[in-house]
Amino acid sequence: MTTEVVDGAPVVLSARRISKSFSGVQVLFSVDFELRQGEIHALMGENGAGKSTLVKILSGFEQPTSGEILLDGKSTKLPPNGAAEALGIVIIHQEFNLAEHLTVTESLFLGREVTRFGVLDRKFMRAETRRVLNLLGSHVDENAMIGSLSIAEKQMVEIAKAISRDARVVFMDEPTAVLSREETNFLFRLVRKLRDKGTSFVFVSHKLDEVMELTDRVTVLRDGQWIKTSPTSKLDGEAIAQLMVGRELSSLYPAKSEPDVDEEVVLRVEQVSTGYVRDASFEVRRGEVIGFSGMIGSGRTELMEAIVGLRARTAGEVLVRGQPVPSGDVHAVNKAGLAYMTKDRKAKGLLLNAGMMANLTLQSLGRHSRLGYLDPGSEEAALVKARRRFDIRVRDDRVVAGRMSGGNQQKLLLAKVMETDPGIIIIDEPTRGIDVGTKQQIYHFISALARDGRSIIVVSSEMPEVIGLCSRVVVMREGHIAGILEGDEISEQEIMRYAAGLKKKTAA
Amino acid sequence: MSVNQEGSQEAIRRRSWRDIDLRAVAPFVALALLLLVGALVNPNFISINNLANVATRSAFIAIIAVGATFVISSGDLDLSVGAMVAFIASLMILFMNSGVIADPVLMLLAAILFTVVAGALCGLTNGLITTVGKIEPFIATLGTMGIYRGLTTWLSQGGAITLKEPELQEMYRPAYFGTIAGVPVPIVIILTVTAVAAFILYRTRYGRHVVAVGSNRDVARYSGISVNRVRTIAFVIQGLCVAVAVLLYVPRLGSTSATTGILWELQAITAVVVGGTALKGGAGRVWGTICGAFILELVGNIMLLSNFISEYLIGAIQGAIIIIAMLVQRSLVRKS
Repeated sequence: MTTEVVDGAPVVLSARRISKSFSGVQVLFSVDFELRQGEIHALMGENGAGKSTLVKILSGFEQPTSGEILLDGKSTKLPPNGAAEALGIVIIHQEFNLAEHLTVTESLFLGREVTRFGVLDRKFMRAETRRVLNLLGSHVDENAMIGSLSIAEKQMVEIAKAISRDARVVFMDEPTAVLSREETNFLFRLVRKLRDKGTSFVFVSHKLDEVMELTDRVTVLRDGQWIKTSPTSKLDGEAIAQLMVGRELSSLYPAKSEPDVDEEVVLRVEQVSTGYVRDASFEVRRGEVIGFSGMIGSGRTELMEAIVGLRARTAGEVLVRGQPVPSGDVHAVNKAGLAYMTKDRKAKGLLLNAGMMANLTLQSLGRHSRLGYLDPGSEEAALVKARRRFDIRVRDDRVVAGRMSGGNQQKLLLAKVMETDPGIIIIDEPTRGIDVGTKQQIYHFISALARDGRSIIVVSSEMPEVIGLCSRVVVMREGHIAGILEGDEISEQEIMRYAAGLKKKTAA
Repeated sequence: MSVNQEGSQEAIRRRSWRDIDLRAVAPFVALALLLLVGALVNPNFISINNLANVATRSAFIAIIAVGATFVISSGDLDLSVGAMVAFIASLMILFMNSGVIADPVLMLLAAILFTVVAGALCGLTNGLITTVGKIEPFIATLGTMGIYRGLTTWLSQGGAITLKEPELQEMYRPAYFGTIAGVPVPIVIILTVTAVAAFILYRTRYGRHVVAVGSNRDVARYSGISVNRVRTIAFVIQGLCVAVAVLLYVPRLGSTSATTGILWELQAITAVVVGGTALKGGAGRVWGTICGAFILELVGNIMLLSNFISEYLIGAIQGAIIIIAMLVQRSLVRKS
């Protein structure tokens, strides 16, 4: 049993019956995973399926609650905080772990600088860096500052770092999300070259076509459970998608209710520019759920923040029910009946050290105040109501927000925003990092709010979400609105075409 | 199933821990222990007379520290309060010496109003430099500390500024030395200021905003709170508290000099921290602050009444207290 040899290659790293819980919430259920020498193994699943948790466990950044990890067939406890690099296990993060003010060479040797007589041997380190970069076929200058490199070049440095540390196992989390097609092709050639030399890769991605193109085997996780591991050649994209979702989409999303064509326009955004965003115009009708799709960094959040006054507009008008609202004044915009729910619930949405009540009423304290005096009874009543309405479940009523599960935090944040009783709600990434059950609930809340006559703007990076919820979808690309899709046009392929710049149309 | 049961039992245990917020209780426990120690050291210590004396003497720091509780809860810091006391007190005495109003009663009322306005303006200055000028509060108030202190030295030409009108002095004296229903006026003022501050911090929208801003500025901003306004008002409240402290200080000696209020800012910050307010903002405890100010004064008093520690070590002991308070606070955070 020690060195299983299946299909020739020995297993380098494997996980046996790994379970993991975070503060009482189980996110991985007895998951098995094995990585052979010299293979590219795709790890797939929806957001919240447990991919990143499994990657963190296999690279030592998290310890499993139960189960064991085997390295070369021997049960191991991986050292924490990146110390597993010494064992040849390297993780290339989505957000790079590079200090902007170091040079490429300094980054490569960070933490293991080579010295001669106690003095840094810079000449040697530069030469070694050059050697590794040449090996990768990269033209990045070894003396360049990290801050001056493009994203693709930074990724190259990360890979060079992995190579220079004799990595045997490399985890790549969504490596192509920020790369152009040519850069992606270059990366894939590189990965294949290293694979043929015996390095093993775990490739976490949402992009089915890339998985089909690059990987040797696929493991699919769903809701924290292992679903299937299979050679990539035996599956097609449709089959993987089926495995990932595992259910009919119709049950996840409530029935769409489209507003009448002659329904009142409650929000009109005219030629708004801010920072990176240029000339964005669109309208929202009463009772409409409208989606905003696009790549990360396409300017969706910036535009929304400019609309609600969190960020000053450099040009353009925002009209709520025909009345212009001032730029850069959140309070006034809130009063006009427009509210924004941030995607960053931990850093921008909730006071993690405060309880549910303080969080719930923070944005709407005026409703509970009489002659400047806050009425605790009124706040208490609001909490009871909000907990029932949004099904916020906690074991302890006094729990601080930071100790609640992601799903409950999200519901609390939604409840907090709804306390201001807005007619228009902008929800940025409504289901980021929450489990499928809560996701479904949130979708139903959104749908119920729309039936109530409120208008909802859903900003989301998850295409199925936008497709499943919205009657119209605005696609943004590089700070511009690339197109507004309606009806049958709303499909993943079509959204992708606009988001990638293959297609463009002016706002209707 | 057993796992589940364990979980809920743990939750219950955790809840009972949280029901008593150790950090809120700790300063009062420390105060009780100090009283006990004091009583053992010297039986005179526990007499009403001595304790009332201690409380009276803690008035300046206590009142200033109440203001500091707001500034610190909102995530800022004000180092200028000691210098501000000297500056405003000098202004007040100079105003009373100027004789612009002949009637002494009107003069005194005008002087009080003048002092309150001066305090608010000094606080506003600090607040605007910090928020509009976007300068770290530590640096901003280090600057105004130098300015207020320097202006005081200049006003007094390096010497003292003394209240000249004997009539005014006589009329004003009871503000510090008098009693109301047997309770010394300073103690009444401490309690009043604290009660008002507690009401503002715990029972008004503004108070909730202060804590939100100190706890996480982004969350506050995304919740439609005007962060800079909240911070500036906290500095103004601090200025007003300094003015109230000055109103008590002037009748005591009727005189100020360039050394008035030296190191009071550190004592005020110590009182706030000992009282359980987190220095990084986000949790304000007004009653704890008062308790902290009282503890500082009590320690000095015990050292004076006992003979085994030199009273010249008071500064060192107070320094040690702030460090111990921080250590205790942190260990309590870990437990909860």
